Amino acid sequence: MIVAQRKPFAEIKEMLQGYNKVLNVGCGTCVSVCLTGGEKEVAVLNTELEMARRLDDDPIDIQGHTIERQCDREYLAELDSIIEEGKFDALMSMACGVGIQFLAERYPLIPTFPAVDTSGLAVNQTVGWYEERCRSCSQCVLGFTGGICPITMCAKRLLNGPCGGTNKGSCEISNDQPCAWFRIWERLSGQGRLDSIKKINTTRGWKDQAPRNLMQPGYKKPEKMVK
Amino acid sequence: MSTETHFNSESNLEKVLKSGQFAFTGELGPPRGTDVEEVKEKAKFLKGNVDAVNITDNQTAVVRMSSWAASLILIQEGLEPNYQMVCRDRNRLAMQADILGGSALGIRNMLCLSGDHQQFGDHPDAMGVFDIDSTQLIAMVKQMRDEGLFLNGNEIHQPPKMFIGAAANPFADPFEWRVHRLAKKIEAGADFIQTQCIYNMPKFREFVRLANEEGLTEKVYILAGVTPMKSVGMARYMKTKVPGMDVPDEIINRLKGVEKDKVAQEGINIACEQIEEFKEMKGVHGVHMMAIEWEHMVPEIAEQAKVLPRPVFS
Ligand code: SF4
Ligand code: SF4
Repeated sequence: MIVAQRKPFAEIKEMLQGYNKVLNVGCGTCVSVCLTGGEKEVAVLNTELEMARRLDDDPIDIQGHTIERQCDREYLAELDSIIEEGKFDALMSMACGVGIQFLAERYPLIPTFPAVDTSGLAVNQTVGWYEERCRSCSQCVLGFTGGICPITMCAKRLLNGPCGGTNKGSCEISNDQPCAWFRIWERLSGQGRLDSIKKINTTRGWKDQAPRNLMQPGYKKPEKMVK
Repeated sequence: MSTETHFNSESNLEKVLKSGQFAFTGELGPPRGTDVEEVKEKAKFLKGNVDAVNITDNQTAVVRMSSWAASLILIQEGLEPNYQMVCRDRNRLAMQADILGGSALGIRNMLCLSGDHQQFGDHPDAMGVFDIDSTQLIAMVKQMRDEGLFLNGNEIHQPPKMFIGAAANPFADPFEWRVHRLAKKIEAGADFIQTQCIYNMPKFREFVRLANEEGLTEKVYILAGVTPMKSVGMARYMKTKVPGMDVPDEIINRLKGVEKDKVAQEGINIACEQIEEFKEMKGVHGVHMMAIEWEHMVPEIAEQAKVLPRPVFS
């Protein structure tokens, strides 16, 4: 899933300076699961903002609404009437970067602010701990690395690791960070597949250096975008 | 040795190794500023005492005068640089450009490295490039040199001449993998290897034994890395703080066992004993002396290690 972290409160407060009627939009999918931007977190942030602004003698009218998925037009449409009636002078989103942009795009006349920092495609290791696993590089190498991603989990994105810095199974950057290549080696030796990394992995062309679009075969862009 | 059939890079280091003599290389860290005199001062101690001098490339991810620029100062001073290039700071365009530029101005050796992660350095928030890795860099230099082709396959008008070096750390985990990684770097095109600083001799012997067994030492020249310990504190720091470094307690105890003002000399004694052993070790073709910020001691160390005079080729 996509994970995100709430921005520091001071930064959020600073962004909303000068806006007095705000709608904070949560998302019920990934950011909700990682305990960052669901209904509950929207309510908490709103309360904090209200209190802080009251203390500043600059009250804010902040409302919350959480939709199922902010990256989906169908669910975003739910907001049309609320936003029309509410006459908000700013929107805030607690969805991932994709959701925030989709929200901003739907209401281009209203300033939209992010309340979270989107920080990767991660697995839920234990409650509250999310470990990044994929940088969506458009060129998956998991087939020869035993299902462990060096693009994401090796601090140097090496394709012929492990480097000389690996330290008792940890990465040179920290004892708490496992060395991806050590793990790759371990897994492949367990499978009797070390040959897979004995070959030189040649230079790769990075496929994520320009904006990407995915168009499935048989589909095409519509002549005119519908809202 | 198969390297004999390789392209002649005009490198002095290559000549020393090909002539079957025991090589002795040094190291110099460029200044954190524009002081040419500082480079010349350090170079003075190395001149005549080593076959080539590694010029570090933003070592430990700390900004310094660029390694090719410091390499050129060395050439002007009559020394031969071994231009280090890390994958952390440049993409493939910048790397190839610097290889061409370096070669055009007389650089004949290169050491291809991944580079320490930027998190250790003085700009920890920098973007780490790592467009290609060290193995791929070796292959790229080799292709540029031997095939006269850029990485993309386009022709180079007057290809670069380089004696290609790579690093090996026999002490990093997993130990069993280290010989395979060495094999990969050789296959990629490394002509010579400089190892991580060696303190754990039994482990290094085992590494070389495995490399001999795999026939790798017939295909590449191996220079054993040596860094004399200046103090007990340095030994402790290397043991606990430097990733991939293996400092056995015996070394620390031996340093602790001598009077305080004799610790540095004891460090040099240990280094010289190691060098004596390397001279006799099958599969080791030289020593890389990394006397970090201790360049002025190199003449003395070289003398005591009995590696002088260095060979001269007309
Ligand atoms: S290689 Fe890694 S970053 Fe690329 S798609 Fe596969 S898991 Fe994701
Ligand atoms: S220690 Fe392992 S994970 Fe860290 S940079 Fe080196 S190979 Fe990559």
